[in-house]
Amino acid sequence: MTNIENSQTAPAQEMEEISIEHPFRQFVTMYMRNYAAVAGLFVFVVIVAAALFAPVILDLDPFEMVDAPLLRPGENGHIFGTDNLGRDMFVSIVYGARVTMAVGGAAAGITLVIGLSIGAMAGYYRGWVDEVLMRITEFFQVLPPLLLAMVLVALFSPTLETVAIAIGVVSWTGVARLARAEFMRLRELDFVKAARSIGGRDRRIIWLVILPNALPPLIVNAALTVGIAILFEAALSFLGLSDPNVMSWGKLIGDNRDYLLDAPWTVTIPGVAIFLTVLAMSLIGDGLNDAFNPKLRER
Amino acid sequence: MQFLTVIVRRFLYAFLLLLAVVVFNFILLYMVPGDIAETIAGESGGGSAELMAEIRHSYGLDRPFHVQLFTYVGNVLQGDLGESYYFNIPVLDLVLDRLAPTLLLVVTALLLAIFTGTLFGIIAAQRPNGVFSHFITILALIGVSAPVFWTAFLLIILFVSMLQIMPLSGLAEPLSESGTWRWYLDVAHHLFLPVISLSSIYLAQYSRLARASMMDILGSDYIRTARAKGLGQRMIIYKHGLRNAVIPVITIAGLQFSHIFSGAVVIETVFSWPGLGTLAFESILRGDTPTIMGILFFSAFVVIVFNLLTDLAYRIVDPRIRLSNTA
Repeated sequence: MTNIENSQTAPAQEMEEISIEHPFRQFVTMYMRNYAAVAGLFVFVVIVAAALFAPVILDLDPFEMVDAPLLRPGENGHIFGTDNLGRDMFVSIVYGARVTMAVGGAAAGITLVIGLSIGAMAGYYRGWVDEVLMRITEFFQVLPPLLLAMVLVALFSPTLETVAIAIGVVSWTGVARLARAEFMRLRELDFVKAARSIGGRDRRIIWLVILPNALPPLIVNAALTVGIAILFEAALSFLGLSDPNVMSWGKLIGDNRDYLLDAPWTVTIPGVAIFLTVLAMSLIGDGLNDAFNPKLRER
Repeated sequence: MQFLTVIVRRFLYAFLLLLAVVVFNFILLYMVPGDIAETIAGESGGGSAELMAEIRHSYGLDRPFHVQLFTYVGNVLQGDLGESYYFNIPVLDLVLDRLAPTLLLVVTALLLAIFTGTLFGIIAAQRPNGVFSHFITILALIGVSAPVFWTAFLLIILFVSMLQIMPLSGLAEPLSESGTWRWYLDVAHHLFLPVISLSSIYLAQYSRLARASMMDILGSDYIRTARAKGLGQRMIIYKHGLRNAVIPVITIAGLQFSHIFSGAVVIETVFSWPGLGTLAFESILRGDTPTIMGILFFSAFVVIVFNLLTDLAYRIVDPRIRLSNTA
């Protein structure tokens, strides 16, 4: 704004000073202006680092009973105390981050792939394809998602893969609707018509012409999808419907729920971990939204 | 006439959705690895090859796919959801028995979230950048990020453990006699924490929604007209604004109904609330497949009926939808 005003008042020699910022730098600047989003990104990086390097930082087994059960946080050098079986809560939290991030990430990936494929086809082809795909979407919206995920895990096997697939199968409908709306909007625009008029095939137009332009809202949605997938994973492992041999935050809460009144920290600390991770994803989503739509924020 | 056609079409569509749920249930069961006959035999103490064949035959497991499918669909449509492996009674009876507590929990939580949410939204809309507006924004962020069982445990720590004013679990005290007003009060007392935990996810979301639509409405022409003819602020907001602010909330609540039902499953297991969620969870642990599938079918049924009702409800609330002939 100020640059343009300057250029209007000042003669031509100052014109060269108008610098056009690279879109990516502009994106980063906009993101950084949202302090909450920066905090979210920081939390996210810390948790991912904990997940990746857990065996390097803490070469311990989260299932090993190291001390008396239900020690308070700080007692005997256990920062987060011990749980009902005398396992170190801090080690459990660090190792839990691995499962939470891996399953949450994989489930979100499956959600996005299913949702994007269905939404893209429905929005691009319209007509009967749209009709059929949207009926399928509505069908999946009628089944209570967590209940269906529970049933899927119970009927098949309680492994991490099944959990990730089950979460993907129950939560893609939102992404599909979003992608459909974007594709319906973009397919009518001139650049898509141009691509079609020079003989571009449907597949090429969908993935190489429309998709790159539909990405911003989908990326924002992806951040939120990861958060939701983490909540699903936590709920399933809390209910004991996940791999019993792998430590996760939800499982930690589920294992200790009977000790809630005597040793509340065994339940609240893993809960805080889940909450902070999901909150971080929401804040990152918010920040990405601001960064993709700088005009929206300036209003 | 037009209105009637739309309604008939909606009912027909709801029925087709329900039929799809039944078919889906069957396909899931068909795809499950492992032999159902073995599960049944296991329940009755293992079996020889002869017994297995007999079980397969009596349960119709030896017949071709499409015959099994049609039998299954036909049975379900006649209200026969099979028999529980664990209780040995019809699944339908079992499910109907547990339906009322779940509906009580879900509907109370939903109404609380809609009413309080809309009210908060309207209050916040009058000062879009005020403290209260920021407060509900933050609350909404917390609501969507907190795992619902953790919220429930925090409330238990506060109200049961520290303040000691709320019961920990169950529908009512075991010894209280059902049907008396004292019993109803007791149920309400037990309902408090589950309802607050469940509606915490949605309440602040609905406030934000109501706030946004109220702000839109306050800037519209007909509100300016109302103001010009000298109506007071209160009259404008509650008579002219409210109806329009609540429509998007009802729409979203209707769309989210299956999610609220999901949340109820977790909440019920936390508070040992004797509803469908607890039954689903216990049946999964027991491997009681007919009951599990019956609950899945029934919850879809409840969601479909509820969606139909919301659809009709806002056709009545909103004349623009009522008079347009589009579905």
